[in-house]
Amino acid sequence: MVKIMYASITKKIVMSLVGLFLTSFLVVHMSINLLILFDDTRQLFNEAAHFMATNPFIQTFQWILFIGFIVHIILGLVLQIQNWMARPVGYDRKGSSEMSFFSKYMIHTGAIVFIFLLLHFANFFVKAKFGHLEEITYDSGTFEDLGILVVQLFQDGGYVAFYVIAILLLGFHLEHGFQSAFQSLGLNHNKYTPVIKVVGTLFSIAITLGYIAIPLVIYFS
Amino acid sequence: MGKLEAKIPHGPLSEKWTNYKAHQNLVNPSNKRRLDIIVVGTGLAGAAAAASFGELGFNVKAFGIHDSPRRAHSIAAQGGINAAKNYPNDGDSVFRLFYDTIKGGDYRAREANVYRLAEVSNDIIDQCVAQGVPFAREYGGLLDNRSFGGAQVSRTFYARGQTGQQLLLGAYSALSKEIGKGTVKMYTRRDLLELVIIDGRARGVIMRNLITGEIERHAAHAVVLATGGYGNVFFLSTNAMASNGSAVWKAYKKGAFFGNPSFTQIHPTCIPVHGDYQSKLTLMSESLRNDGRIWVPKYAEDAEKIRKGTMKPTELSEERRDYYLERRYPAFGNLVPRDVASRAAKERCDAGFGVGTTGLAVYLDFAESIKRLGKHVIEARYGNLFQMYEKIVDENPYETSMMIYPAVHYTMGGLWVDYELQTTIPGLFAAGEANFSDHGANRLGASALMQGLSDGYFVLPYTVQNYLADQISVPAFKTDLPEFEKAEKDTKATIERLLSINGKNTVDSYHRKLGLIMWDFVGMARNKEGLKKAIIMIQELKVDFWKNVKVPGKNEMVNPELEKALRVVDFIELGELMARDALYREESCGGHFREEYQTPEGEALRDDVNFTYVSAWEHKGDDAEPALHKEPLVFEFIEVKQRNYK
Amino acid sequence: MDLTLKIWRQASGLDKGKFVNYKVGNISHDASFLEMLDILNEELVIKGDDPVAFDHDCREGICGACSLYINGRPHGPDRGITTCQMHMRNFKDGETIVIEPWRAKPFPVIKDLMVDRTAFDKIIQAGGFVSVRTGGVPDANAIAIPKHDADLAMDAAACIGCGACVAACKNASAMLFVSAKVSQFALLPQGRPEAHERVQKMVAKMDELGFGNCTNTYACEAECPKEISVANIARMNREFLTAKIVAQKA
Repeated sequence: MVKIMYASITKKIVMSLVGLFLTSFLVVHMSINLLILFDDTRQLFNEAAHFMATNPFIQTFQWILFIGFIVHIILGLVLQIQNWMARPVGYDRKGSSEMSFFSKYMIHTGAIVFIFLLLHFANFFVKAKFGHLEEITYDSGTFEDLGILVVQLFQDGGYVAFYVIAILLLGFHLEHGFQSAFQSLGLNHNKYTPVIKVVGTLFSIAITLGYIAIPLVIYFS
Repeated sequence: MGKLEAKIPHGPLSEKWTNYKAHQNLVNPSNKRRLDIIVVGTGLAGAAAAASFGELGFNVKAFGIHDSPRRAHSIAAQGGINAAKNYPNDGDSVFRLFYDTIKGGDYRAREANVYRLAEVSNDIIDQCVAQGVPFAREYGGLLDNRSFGGAQVSRTFYARGQTGQQLLLGAYSALSKEIGKGTVKMYTRRDLLELVIIDGRARGVIMRNLITGEIERHAAHAVVLATGGYGNVFFLSTNAMASNGSAVWKAYKKGAFFGNPSFTQIHPTCIPVHGDYQSKLTLMSESLRNDGRIWVPKYAEDAEKIRKGTMKPTELSEERRDYYLERRYPAFGNLVPRDVASRAAKERCDAGFGVGTTGLAVYLDFAESIKRLGKHVIEARYGNLFQMYEKIVDENPYETSMMIYPAVHYTMGGLWVDYELQTTIPGLFAAGEANFSDHGANRLGASALMQGLSDGYFVLPYTVQNYLADQISVPAFKTDLPEFEKAEKDTKATIERLLSINGKNTVDSYHRKLGLIMWDFVGMARNKEGLKKAIIMIQELKVDFWKNVKVPGKNEMVNPELEKALRVVDFIELGELMARDALYREESCGGHFREEYQTPEGEALRDDVNFTYVSAWEHKGDDAEPALHKEPLVFEFIEVKQRNYK
Repeated sequence: MDLTLKIWRQASGLDKGKFVNYKVGNISHDASFLEMLDILNEELVIKGDDPVAFDHDCREGICGACSLYINGRPHGPDRGITTCQMHMRNFKDGETIVIEPWRAKPFPVIKDLMVDRTAFDKIIQAGGFVSVRTGGVPDANAIAIPKHDADLAMDAAACIGCGACVAACKNASAMLFVSAKVSQFALLPQGRPEAHERVQKMVAKMDELGFGNCTNTYACEAECPKEISVANIARMNREFLTAKIVAQKA
């Protein structure tokens, strides 16, 4: 059923392209989130959120992103199921071959990130889109105060902990995923691959730190 | 004697093969589809032949002993493949390659065959390059050549130290292409148990499926045996574990003559034996002799200390070392042909100068080369071999001398074939190491790959077609003919008998005993007394085997012990024939060294007056002595000389 | 040295297998791993037991017949060698060694430690060749090939088809094996004319046979006895991508 449809390499290539594309979401989202730390009135953040929620280009792009997530998740699952099927009888002694560490846990980190995403979606996106938010007025106008929702949620220590752990796992996912995407696209070169690997690691660290900073700063201040 | 017609075409040497091809009979395409060819063995010769037959349009059934044709033992050849391309412009030519091969074989090969081999050698290189074999190249992008095995010209093409592997993978890919197209049907994990003869012609085989144990019948218009050599008769050899002589032996027992069975090549650079549990010997490429110097201690007391482990080779000064090859053969030094180098090592060890714990080893030393060229150069040239040595022996060859000793490597003997590679059984062809070959009494380095591919790609596709030309009206054979019935019944009876003995000794224990007899009496140096003794010992071993061997399990299963037992049965009988042939040939030539026939300096002494022939043995029944037929070797185009490497 | 061997025994592909423990004693450090198994088998035969079946042939690391998943690693603990080249000095006296067959759906167990690897041959038959006939080819030096390309092709061609890459891969993927062959021919001008067709056919066959997908864990490279680089996998991905984009519809 999940068989053949597309060649294994085609699936991998799509997976990589979509994965790389999704990192753009991470970057934009993080940049906007970080704005919340810059002023106590959350003006910058709320203005940016307003822009994102109303700009037609962003609104269209949002659906493309949404499809991207779905494709990435479904393909990830299909590939994983095929991989499990490829070894119906496992080994007694656990494999101890040297291999890229995080690569072993892509489905696990991916799955937890997915659960986080659902929760996150319910907490913010659904509320912002369909719920009723308080309004706040700045000199530039009146905006929905999405920021207060963030601040309120991050008062809950349990939620902060969950958030931090999920982002850490996302970082691990990225650490392997970033350089792996280039390999799947056939972009392996003895000059550039080491650079790509370093860039990938730095990128995943930056994303992780950036996201984690927000709940921690809010919780502890 | 009419049977031993070599069918050499007329005309000058350089035109014989061209003439043959110009006048041979062909089969038209619509008839090819109706003709079946069985190819047993899918190494270099077999895979090349099967692929070529498939391309021509014949129906081919190919059989291999392994799970894949890519595992055939051709894969283990390291050094390279010769061809007379003369790319380096150093004076090589088809004639020179021919001449070197005949001379290297100590003038015991057929001129016309060897010339053809040299002639098609160039086509082989072209073919392999076209298939995508990644031969070594120079910076300009053209093919690189090296000097190998004491040749005075650089005519050896190579792919790192894995030339055999790359050539086999080339032939395997050609075969795979035909299997994919359906022209060749491949049967893997099959052992040949019997040859089926109908009305005097080879028409089929009985095979054992090594997974299920099923005994299968296969019929065809012609049968090609490309089943390799029988060096494993010595138990310890550089041959792979599954390499065996059973197919050629079955053919012999069905009436094919066996050519020069005693001609065995002992390779000088192998890792010495280290324990009685040892299962096989590892070859170190001969190319090591290009930069390594071979020596033993000059004084017996030093050798003694080294054997006891109280002295290290590096502690011995230059004056206390004996570089015996350089001393005895100043012109060729460490690069003398294999047989000469092997015998010289044995001579030193027998005289008490051997090293290693067993005293059966000599040193191969790179200290001087490392000093002269630098460690990095040696590493670039031999790095993988040094690493392999270190893994096995646990000593670092950059720091101390390597130890080497000769080991059985190749059998020049095999089924007697005529110019068409046809045995004395019509319709039965033999190719590669399985035939008695073009190497005479000694094979030169980098010539085995050449011969296997020459036979497979460029000779059999012509000669088998010539044979089949008058078979076009013969319908495909049914396998329920009485000849098949009987052959299958006989093989089943043998298997039953083996399984029912239920003695106390393992198959390997007999194989090991046979190997020791062969090595001691039919090995590097032979003499009349020893050979006579060996024949008796082998006969006794055979009786003991059939009384006391233990073959567990049943036929209908994966049963490696049964497989080994079936092979050892044949090895024992083959060993006896080897001893007989060695006893009969009262001269020393190439790999066959009779101690009674040597020059005062200990060099091999040929007897061209009485022994310039191929011995072809005919089976006369299990209880009768085999009959010797002689194919005289006539040298029309070259002068026969004493080999001299001094 | 004395050892305990925990070996997978399975009478045939149809049977359910199980682990059986064996003791072997007095094994020399200089013996090879397979010689150690020979000794065990000789003892089993004498006792009238069924010897352990395993694939092996050349015993010098080139034929690719030997396999064995030893203590969680294909071809055992050492790097860059096959099981037959591994010596007992890699183990400690008194150790328990777990020996399992290669595990992958396309490599069914035949008996004990023997598995059927003909899936690899099927992949080669699907396109792992240059379609030239015997004879009628140009002179070997008619095309100059940059030494660097020829060397890379040789690196890839060194594959012995043992299947350690599949055995090591957590997904039982055959990408290293397939990519080595695709790379060899993709790097050489002789292989270019049918490069696009080749990569698609070989990948399709690989998928059809049920090998897993590559998730770039690189366990294959770590366990390959010939140390074939995963750069070949990237090259195959590249070849595949260009083939999909450029190649005409069949």
